[in-house]
Amino acid sequence: MKATVVQFPGCNRDRDMIAAIAKIGGTAPQLAWHTDTELPDSDLIVLPGGFSHGDYLRAGAIAARAPVMDAVRAAADKGVRVLGVCNGFQMLTEAGLLPGSLMRNAGLTFVCKEVMLEAVNTDNMFTERYGKGEIIRCPVAHHDGNYFADEKTLKQVEGNGQVAFRYANGTNPNGSLNDIAGVFNAYGNVLGMMPHPENLIEPAHGGADGRRLFESVLGVLQRDAA
Amino acid sequence: MSVNNTRPITPELVAEHGLNEEEYDRIVELTEREPTFTELGIWSAMWNEHCSYKSSKKWLKTLPTEGPQVVYGPGENAGVVDIGDGDVVVFKMESHNHPSYIEPYQGAATGVGGILRDVFTMGARPIAAMNALRFGEPDHPKTKHLVSGVVSGVGGYGNSFGVPTVGGEVNFHPRYNGNILVNAFAAGLAKADSIYISKAEGVGLPVVYLGAKTGRDGVGGATMASAEFDDSIEDKRPTVQVGDPFTEKCLLEACLELMATGAVIAIQDMGAAGLTCSAVEMGARGDLGVRLNLDDVPVREENMTAYEMMLSESQERMLMVLRPEKEAEAKAIFVKWNLDFAIVGETTDDLRFSIHHQGEEVANLPIKELGDEAPEYDRPWVEPGTHSPQEPHVFAPPDDYSAALLHLIGSPDLCSRRWVWEQYDTLIQGNTLQLPGGDAGVVRVEGHETKALAFSSDVTPRYVEADAYEGGKQAVAECYRNLVATGAKPLASTDNLNFGNPEKPEIMGTFVAAIRGIGEACLALDMPIVSGNVSLYNETNGEAILPTPTIGGVGLIDDWNAMARIGSADAGDVLFLVGTEGTHLSQSIYQREILGEETGPAPEVDLQMERARGEFVLAAIRSGYASACHDISDGGIAVALAEMCMASSEGAVCELAITYPHAALFGEDQARYIVAVDDEWANMFAANSEGSGVSFERIGTVGGDKLVINDLVDISVEELKTAYESWFPNFMGQQQFSEAAE
Repeated sequence: MKATVVQFPGCNRDRDMIAAIAKIGGTAPQLAWHTDTELPDSDLIVLPGGFSHGDYLRAGAIAARAPVMDAVRAAADKGVRVLGVCNGFQMLTEAGLLPGSLMRNAGLTFVCKEVMLEAVNTDNMFTERYGKGEIIRCPVAHHDGNYFADEKTLKQVEGNGQVAFRYANGTNPNGSLNDIAGVFNAYGNVLGMMPHPENLIEPAHGGADGRRLFESVLGVLQRDAA
Repeated sequence: MSVNNTRPITPELVAEHGLNEEEYDRIVELTEREPTFTELGIWSAMWNEHCSYKSSKKWLKTLPTEGPQVVYGPGENAGVVDIGDGDVVVFKMESHNHPSYIEPYQGAATGVGGILRDVFTMGARPIAAMNALRFGEPDHPKTKHLVSGVVSGVGGYGNSFGVPTVGGEVNFHPRYNGNILVNAFAAGLAKADSIYISKAEGVGLPVVYLGAKTGRDGVGGATMASAEFDDSIEDKRPTVQVGDPFTEKCLLEACLELMATGAVIAIQDMGAAGLTCSAVEMGARGDLGVRLNLDDVPVREENMTAYEMMLSESQERMLMVLRPEKEAEAKAIFVKWNLDFAIVGETTDDLRFSIHHQGEEVANLPIKELGDEAPEYDRPWVEPGTHSPQEPHVFAPPDDYSAALLHLIGSPDLCSRRWVWEQYDTLIQGNTLQLPGGDAGVVRVEGHETKALAFSSDVTPRYVEADAYEGGKQAVAECYRNLVATGAKPLASTDNLNFGNPEKPEIMGTFVAAIRGIGEACLALDMPIVSGNVSLYNETNGEAILPTPTIGGVGLIDDWNAMARIGSADAGDVLFLVGTEGTHLSQSIYQREILGEETGPAPEVDLQMERARGEFVLAAIRSGYASACHDISDGGIAVALAEMCMASSEGAVCELAITYPHAALFGEDQARYIVAVDDEWANMFAANSEGSGVSFERIGTVGGDKLVINDLVDISVEELKTAYESWFPNFMGQQQFSEAAE
C-alpha cells in the first residue's frame, strides 16, 4: 500500500499523521510538498492538520489553491482515497472536494479536548471497522471546526449517507450543524473530519479508538495490493 | 574616524534612554567621544536592566548552576541538560510582563514566540511549553480583559506553532492589578552532539540575517521593560511587538534543516534589542568584531533609520555566522520556506561593532565593552523582616468543614483551570502523557521506548512576600515535589525572577533573600539552575507586585509505564499520607479565603526532609506500587484529597489523626504527599516507610462516590466537581455554544 502525506508550510500535525501511518501501517508514508504539481503513485493521500499558511485568510483557503491540490483533485477523481484531518478537512471544503464549510467555533475560542463520536456511516473503507452507531472517543484541537452547509447541501449530505461521524452525547465542541464531525464526498473516497484519530492510537495516548480508522483504510489497501 | 552625529545628545535624551549620568559618562569614556544618536541607542539597549542584568548579576552568580547532568548552564539562549542515550533537553523560562499588560494578546503571543526561538536556536525541536500567569484581583475592571487576551495570545501562538502546552499556573492577587506577569517556558529535545551556540568563530565570515523582515515594531522594547509603569502606559502600546507564529514555524523547520547541513558556525535569535543584541553577543563571545551593512537588512517599512533598525524588536528573526562554502545550500532552504536570507555583514578581527548605512558609518563601538562592561550594581538592600509563628488555635475554625472545602476548591486560585488549558493544544505531537491539571505535565521522549520528561512551574508569591528566604526555598521544593509525584527524578530548573523596583532597598532585600533560598534549595534537591530571566521594575504608580520568583523544573521518568498520576487511584486502594499532620495556617489559602486575612510567616521548608520524603515517594512510584500520587500544597490535605477524588472520579473515606481539625485539614506544611497504594502492597509500603525513617500515616481507602474525612467532611465527588469546574467559566462569562446555537 502507498500512502502519501502532503505537507504545507504551517502544517504542524503532519508529524503526528506520519507517525500514526508508520506505526499502524508498518511503512512510513511518502511525502509531497505543496508546490509539487505531481504526486507519487498513491492509494491514500492525506492532508494533515495544522495552520497552513497561518490560516491567515480563512482556514485552509490558501492551501486549497496550492499547486499540489490539482494533483490531489485529479487523484480523487480517479477514486484514490483522500483523508483530510482538521486543517486538511478545511482545505478539502475550501477546494470544493467536500460539501459545506468550517466556520469559527461557536464558543469563539480554540478548543482542545476529548469528545465522543458516533460512527454514522460504516459502510465505507475509512470506517468499516467501527460498528454502525458505535460511540468512540477522539480528541479535537481547532479554532474553526463549526461545520455549516446550506439547507440543500445539508439535505444531500444527510440523505446520501455522507455523514461519517457525529459528535455524540452532547460533546459537540464547536456548534457544528447536526453535530457533524466528519463527512464523505458523494463517492465515499474522500473523508474530511475535524477530530484527530491520529492522536488516539496507542496506550500512551490513553486509548486507541482512532486506530481502527487507519486499520480500515490501510488494511483495505493491503488487501487490494495482495 | 568620522561618525557623524545627526542629533545632539542632551541630558534629556540620555535620560529617555534609561541611562543615568554616571552610566553616560562611562559610555563617553568607552566610546572615546560623544556617542551618536544610533550609538546611544545601542549602548542603552545593551546596558538596560533587561539585557545587562546590572542589578541582579551579583546575586545570580551565587546560584548553583553545575552538575554532571548540565551540558550548558546560564549564559546561552537556554540551558541544556543530559537525559542519557545521546539526548539532551533544552529549556528556559522568560517573562513578557510589561508588553502583556499593555497589549495582552500580542504581549503573551510574542512571549511564547521568544521562548520557543530561544530553544530552537540551539538546535532543539520544541516539545513542551508552560505558562505561569498572574493577574490582578478578579473584580478589578481590567482583569477579565487581560485573562482573555493573554490566554488567547498564548494559545494563538503555541497552537499554531505546534507545541503542546502541558502545564503552568494561573493566580489572582490585587498586587498584580497594575502589572500582570506572563512567564513563558519552553523545552526542546536535541541530540547532545548537535547543539548550537552563539559564539562566533573565524574572521571574514558572512553574517546572515534569517527569517522575517524588520519593521518599526518594538523599537525600545527592552528599555520599556526596564522601567516602572505610570499612567502614561497607554502611550507605550507601539513598543509592543506583533507575533507571527506561521513565520516562526517555518523558521523552526528552516533552521533545523539548515543545521543539519553543517552550514551554521554560530546562531543567535533576535530577541530583546534585536539586531544589536544578537550581533554583539555573537561577536563578543567569539572575541571578534562585527561589521553590518544595514542597506542589506530586509525591511518591511520604508525610510527606516539606522537607530530604528538596530533597536527594532520585530519577531521571528535570527542572525547566523555561515560557513561560506555552504551559502547556496543554506539559501535554498530559506527560499523553500519563503523566508528572508540576506548576508548583512561579516566578522572582523578588530573587536569593533561597526554599522554602515547609506554609505556612511553610523556607529563604531568597542564590542567587548558593549557586552561585558555593562555596569554591575551592588544595590543597597535591607534584610526583610520576619513574622513570629502563629499557633493553630489563634485561627478561627470554620462553621462547616464541608462548606469550607467547597469554598476553597471553588475559589479563584484553587479552582479548575480547564477554561484556560482547553484553549491550548495539549496533545499535538502525540507524545503527551499527562495533561495540565495534575502535578506536572508529562511528555514522552520521541524515539525512546520508555523515557518521558515531566515539567512543572511553581512559586507561592504570598509566601515569598511573607518570608522571601523560605518562599524562595518553597518555590523550588514545590516544583521538586510536583515532578516527584509523577515518578520523575528532578534534573534541573530555570528561574524567572519577577520583582519590583530594585532601587528600593526593601525590594532588593526581598530579591537577595529569595535568591539565597532558591540557591540553597536547588543545591539540596540537586536541581541546578541552567537558565533564567530577571524581570525587575514590576511596579505601577509605585506599587510593586508580590515578589514572584517562578521556578520551572524538568524531571526524567525512566519508564512511563510506571508513572503515577493524580487521578489513577482505583477503588480499594489504600491512601497514605507521607509526612505529618498539618499545623501551619499562616499565609494559607484557608486563612485568606475563609478568614479574609494574609498574616504571619510562610511555612518553613526542611530541605533534608524534603529530599528524604521525595526519594522515598519516587522509589515507591518507580517500583510500581504507588497507583496514584499527589503533593500537598495550597489548601492542605483536604484540598489534595478532593483533587485526587475529582481526577479519578472515585470517593475516599479517610480518618486522620487530628490535633487541631482546621490545621490538620487545611494547614500548608511542606514536604508532604498523598500516595494511593494497591491494598496488596499497603503493608509493604508501610514497612518501607518505617525502614526509610519517613513519617507516614495510613489515612483511608479509595472508593464510593463521596469524600469523607473523619466526622468533618462528607461531600459527593459530583458536588466537588461542580464547585471546582464552575468558577472560571462563570467568571469569564463563557456562553455555552450549545445555548448560543439554539
